[in-house]
Amino acid sequence: MQPLSAMPAEPVLEVEELAVRFTRRGEQPTRAVDGVSFTVAPGETVGLVGESGCGKSVTSLAVMGLLPRRGVEVSGSVRFQGQELVGAPDATLRRLRGADMAMVFQDPLSSLNPTVPIGTQVTEVLLEHRDLSRKEATDEATGLLDKVGIPDPRRRLKEYPHQLSGGMRQRALIAMALACSPRLLIADEPTTALDVTIQAQILELLRELVVDTGTALVMITHDLGVVAGLCDRVHVMYAGKIIETADRHDLFARPRQPYTGGLLASVPRLDGGRGAPLTPIRGSARDTIPWAEGCAFAPRCDNAQDDCLTEVAGSTVSLEPDGPGRELRCRHPIQYPPSPAGATALGAAR
Amino acid sequence: MTAMGDVRRRRIDELAARAGAVPEGEGGVSLTRSAFRRLRRNPVAIIGAVIVVVFLVVAAFAPLLAPRDPLAQSLLSQIRPGFIPGAQEGFPLGVDNLGRDLLSRLIWGSRQSLMIGVISTVLGVAVGMALGVLAGGLGGWVDTVVMRFVDIVLSIPSLLMAISISVLLGQNQYALMIAIAVTQVPIFARLLRGSMLAQRNSDYALAATALGVKKGRIVFGHVLPNSLSPVIVQGTLSLATAIIEAAALSFLGLGDPDLARPEWGAMLANAQAFLSVRPELAVYPALCIIVVALGFTLLGESLREALDPKFRR
Repeated sequence: MQPLSAMPAEPVLEVEELAVRFTRRGEQPTRAVDGVSFTVAPGETVGLVGESGCGKSVTSLAVMGLLPRRGVEVSGSVRFQGQELVGAPDATLRRLRGADMAMVFQDPLSSLNPTVPIGTQVTEVLLEHRDLSRKEATDEATGLLDKVGIPDPRRRLKEYPHQLSGGMRQRALIAMALACSPRLLIADEPTTALDVTIQAQILELLRELVVDTGTALVMITHDLGVVAGLCDRVHVMYAGKIIETADRHDLFARPRQPYTGGLLASVPRLDGGRGAPLTPIRGSARDTIPWAEGCAFAPRCDNAQDDCLTEVAGSTVSLEPDGPGRELRCRHPIQYPPSPAGATALGAAR
Repeated sequence: MTAMGDVRRRRIDELAARAGAVPEGEGGVSLTRSAFRRLRRNPVAIIGAVIVVVFLVVAAFAPLLAPRDPLAQSLLSQIRPGFIPGAQEGFPLGVDNLGRDLLSRLIWGSRQSLMIGVISTVLGVAVGMALGVLAGGLGGWVDTVVMRFVDIVLSIPSLLMAISISVLLGQNQYALMIAIAVTQVPIFARLLRGSMLAQRNSDYALAATALGVKKGRIVFGHVLPNSLSPVIVQGTLSLATAIIEAAALSFLGLGDPDLARPEWGAMLANAQAFLSVRPELAVYPALCIIVVALGFTLLGESLREALDPKFRR
């Protein structure tokens, strides 16, 4: 585990008050992302965690400038190495994508073109961004596949996606993303479509590559195991907003937001004993109220009290500093006794 | 203990190596190739292909296969008002009202019918695909303009359209081909556009965009190759329609002005007057049209099955 302290002044990515609204004629616009701010330093791994529909994938697409223009309003600021990306022309974004910032998607099978051999798809990226001959690109692609642990890369280059296993395909996609040594890699649930043993391999591969190349990694996931294994800092999202930010260790030891606590309590634990019941969070992601009316999580929250609603409190629930390196959006967080005993966290969450 | 562990480990490695070795030779198996393999295992596809190939061979080698000159008149002494001689030695299917050998005319007729069908379909596919790529690739207002135009063409009944065009262009074979092609254009334009739109929203198109691949390259390198299979299928099926339509138009007298030249549709029209005397004159050309159309349809349907991932077993 690398130390968190060595953080250079200039972050690779600065996201400030990013908001994404989906507008439809004759309908209320949907706020998918609502004022999200975070920064990523070089070599740092940042996790964006939350359940389906909380806006984490939309955040990543907005950062990459991949959202369609029609029916989507993006506001706020995304600065990549100091360059503003919100509203940047397509040509600028295209030059950055694949070269300086890259993305790995959830489903490795559908993310590869089924009619084109793997090799062509890898060399395509190289030819697009680097001044290479076809021959050089093929050699480079062979090296890349080898680097991500695909055996017999020369032969694999000629094969089609359906001939590769799921883990192999995700490795190929990672190779494509890393082809031009980007400064920032966004991985959108890269292990969700894979089985558990392969998941561990892919995570290990990502970790190695990040350490080797100093690439900043934004890990989007709903899997707290992934967070525990990989991320330096974690942002928990709910209904389009960040509700808790913490160092990995702090987050697992002492979750403050009841939602984070609930997430941790609903993960099966090997040390929990046989038959130990899981504690799911009540309701579903649809049982939420707009942030303008209070805390969106309040309808599902065990700690919720009257002042979680703005009508009562008279002000919105805002993200505020909560101790060193932590931020929290909650009026009634989980409290801990002075002695730092991590085990109590789960008890308190229930 | 360690020795035994070593042995076991070696054994496991051996098994793993064997399991990992892919029996196929070098290189990949493309989807096209595996589709072709599936096609060959499908009896329906074989039947369709055999029918199509037989007719293509007959059309190609008509001069060698036809037992007689399709224009030569014989047995004229036997033909009287109200009587046309049937099959007899040297004339396995009999003769028509002018004493021309029916079998030879059918064989020569396959040339005309298939040629009109194939050329008009190729024409229709080419123009339709060009419009489809334009609409599906560029999107925006180009898409709207092209699609409105296509909708207008599509709203006119195809036979009516074909008749109007052949009337407009004069009565000849080329007008016939163009007329049929025009009715096919909107089908292919819509099909390709729709399938390209679906593919443009696919994950791999997004993934390619996320890696900075240029839009043109995504459209032609990724989206188009994945959008072709419905067009291939429809193209095969359209050959059947085109042949039927060609026959229908020449039946209506809009085809070849040279009435002596054998063509199934024209033969059918000619046989009309003698239906009560010698129904075979109509039955045989009709059968030819039906069987060819069936052949192309069977082939098209099994192509659809072979190319559609949902049908894969």
